[in-house]
Amino acid sequence: MIAEAGLVALWLAAALAAMQLMLAALAVSRNDDTLARAARPVAVVQGGLALLAMAALIRVFLQSDMSVALVVANSHSAKPWLYKFAGAWGNHEGSMLLWVTILGVAGGAVALLERRVAERTLTATLGTQAAIALGFYAFLLFSSNPFARLPNPPSDGQGLNPLLQDPGLAFHPPTLYAGYVGLSVAFSFAVGALITRDVGPAFARAMRPWVLTAWVFLTIGITAGSYWAYYELGWGGWWFWDPVENASLMPWLAATALLHSVSVLATRDGLRAWTVMLAVVAFSMSMLGTFLVRSGILTSVHAFAVDPERGTFILILLSLYIGGALALFATRIGVVRAGNTFELVSREGSLVANNLLLSVILGIVLIGTFYPILAAAMGTQLSVGPPFFEKAAGPIALVLVVVMAAGPLLRWRRDTLGALVRRLTWPIVATGIAAVALVVAAGWFNMLPMLGLALAAGLAVASVAPLAGRNLLRTPLFVYGMVVAHLGIAVSLAGMAASTAFTREVLVAKAIGESATVGPYRVTLRGIRPVIGDNWSALEARLDVQRGDGSTRLLAPQSRFFSNPPTTTSESAILTAFDGQLYTVLGQPDGTGRWQLRFWWKPWVTLIWFGGLLIAGGGALSILGHWLRDRRQKKRAIEAAEAAAHREAWAA
Amino acid sequence: MRRWLLWLPLAVFALAMAFAVRELRKPTDRTVYSAMVGKPLPTFDLPPIVAGKPGLSTADVQGQPRLLNIFASWCVPCIAEAPQLMKLKAMGIPIDAIAIRDTGPAIRQFLARNGDPYTRIGDDRDSQVQLALGSSGVPETFVIDARGVIVKQHVGDIRDDDVADLAAAWRAAR
Repeated sequence: MIAEAGLVALWLAAALAAMQLMLAALAVSRNDDTLARAARPVAVVQGGLALLAMAALIRVFLQSDMSVALVVANSHSAKPWLYKFAGAWGNHEGSMLLWVTILGVAGGAVALLERRVAERTLTATLGTQAAIALGFYAFLLFSSNPFARLPNPPSDGQGLNPLLQDPGLAFHPPTLYAGYVGLSVAFSFAVGALITRDVGPAFARAMRPWVLTAWVFLTIGITAGSYWAYYELGWGGWWFWDPVENASLMPWLAATALLHSVSVLATRDGLRAWTVMLAVVAFSMSMLGTFLVRSGILTSVHAFAVDPERGTFILILLSLYIGGALALFATRIGVVRAGNTFELVSREGSLVANNLLLSVILGIVLIGTFYPILAAAMGTQLSVGPPFFEKAAGPIALVLVVVMAAGPLLRWRRDTLGALVRRLTWPIVATGIAAVALVVAAGWFNMLPMLGLALAAGLAVASVAPLAGRNLLRTPLFVYGMVVAHLGIAVSLAGMAASTAFTREVLVAKAIGESATVGPYRVTLRGIRPVIGDNWSALEARLDVQRGDGSTRLLAPQSRFFSNPPTTTSESAILTAFDGQLYTVLGQPDGTGRWQLRFWWKPWVTLIWFGGLLIAGGGALSILGHWLRDRRQKKRAIEAAEAAAHREAWAA
Repeated sequence: MRRWLLWLPLAVFALAMAFAVRELRKPTDRTVYSAMVGKPLPTFDLPPIVAGKPGLSTADVQGQPRLLNIFASWCVPCIAEAPQLMKLKAMGIPIDAIAIRDTGPAIRQFLARNGDPYTRIGDDRDSQVQLALGSSGVPETFVIDARGVIVKQHVGDIRDDDVADLAAAWRAAR
């Protein structure tokens, strides 16, 4: 019953999306306010129905209803409830449903909350949002139905991939998807504004909170995903440049560029065409990311054949949306009046530089991700690995760091280089001191991490510099947002550079009672014992870990065996100290009573994720800051209007 | 900005989509082919596995073009392709074999039940030679020319339609 209810909700949502699209199209073409007003509630109900369908899917997973094909393929009744719950989106169909659910809810939220942009533009925006939703509802209903029943239900399911059986699954995909899909609102606003030829500061101000929110979610999602992969995969790496990771990085890069250019458009009315283009690119990257990669098309060319029907469907949808938006851009953007201009050395100039550099990095990641497919089509099998990305994107990222340090210290419209260098004195001094201190303390080492660390020090100083000489209590919250986010980049960069440069790795085979040294730690193997979990059994090593003469701590890495489906996973055990992490993995026995053990000492590695959280926190502060200011301005405007009315009444 | 520049993003995107469509329409081939095709056979010397039938070494394979069949008694498609191998033998094509991860008694039984098209059978107990040949599974059949160069690899069981192809390849290798 519940599966059918979910399916009905999905069909109804699709029907409402069609209705919303038609209402919006008629309203915009006839300039009819009555029709436009009708589009809003339709969008809200459509979002509600999508949410209902998602809830139904979660319910059948929680119940372990083995007559639903998706549950059989991805769940097992013996699984802990958290993974039954999160397992609802740990598969193709379910994650697509989550995707359209967030799309519908975001559209409903726009309809409910947005009051700033011109009504006609908003209607066009809702129409665009409905068009996107309609396509993906059709995709779900015709080729990826998550509620399909089995005629002969088996007694139990096939289980969930053990790598996914981690609390990470409960929050990583939803946050990431909220980020991906949040960008759909920016896309719809851009298309809406192109349709009504209304690209300007009001449109940018309406779009900004959506871009910021999506970006905050993306940042959290990527940070959490990176940490999850770090502790779960047992390789000790925090970024692997694999296509799925790149698929989340590309929208983030585009969204980062977008949120900076939206600021220019909102405050200075510049960069109109560029902002619209970035909004289109950002969501296009999300769609490419989720659909091409999650459906398996990107990771391997072979997946085209696994289900050519789905591949074709996705390609048609992508062509319609991205192609349509780009065609609209080409025909309409010439009509959009040029915005304000500015000098090269100015806040705007630095933001343009930031945008260009981010776009170049985006291009590098895009090429690196897709090139293997291109090469495979030409008949060469190859893979593009970390060395390419690090060599190509690393130096550009460092240039970006310099621009990022300088940008906030520049004035809008026009500034001078001399003044900039004066304001940058302290950051430059900090970079110099850090570089000298590094060479003295650690000697000459790898160039890129060294530069990274030195620049991180400079950026840290530069990012708090905009607060210097200001009344801290009267500084708007969104300035703090920028400061915190930029500081987060510096912190994260320091973590990446330090862990790249100073990581120590040891691979040993040790018998019980023997010990090994890694970094500042001495690790002793005390014993191996079996452990039984909910749906797994494991061998667990007891490691005594001692730093210098400090107290002994116990670490217990496991090698876990899951029976449904049969898989072995390494559960690393990590000791977090203030200055880094000790990462331990238990390997195989060698047959002579010794065990393979792998240890890493990763200095300051935690800064990477701490920085990521700071970046997201900065974004959140910025959203709050803009909201508070808008509210205050509105209140002031109302008061002024009342006062004026009062004066007029007295004058009369 | 020049007007044509505005169309550039769309053009790039259209190109990417055209490429994707081409990829999508291409029939997919998930077979892993050997990189050894076109190269001489690797050097090996395998002992016999059943009494009365010699083992197989690189030197044995030279002199006359022949088929080299990779098979195992535990492999079901190998049973399916046995009649086709008998047909090829009846056409006068010499066939050698490498038995993968197998035992003498099992091979004897397999040959008794499914027919014996082989001149020699080498015993590749731990798949060493199979891996050196670049073969990724059983059954596979290589066409070797008189100089001992691999000219063709047939992955999977030999169906009825494949017999003519293999015979033609063998004839061409003469």
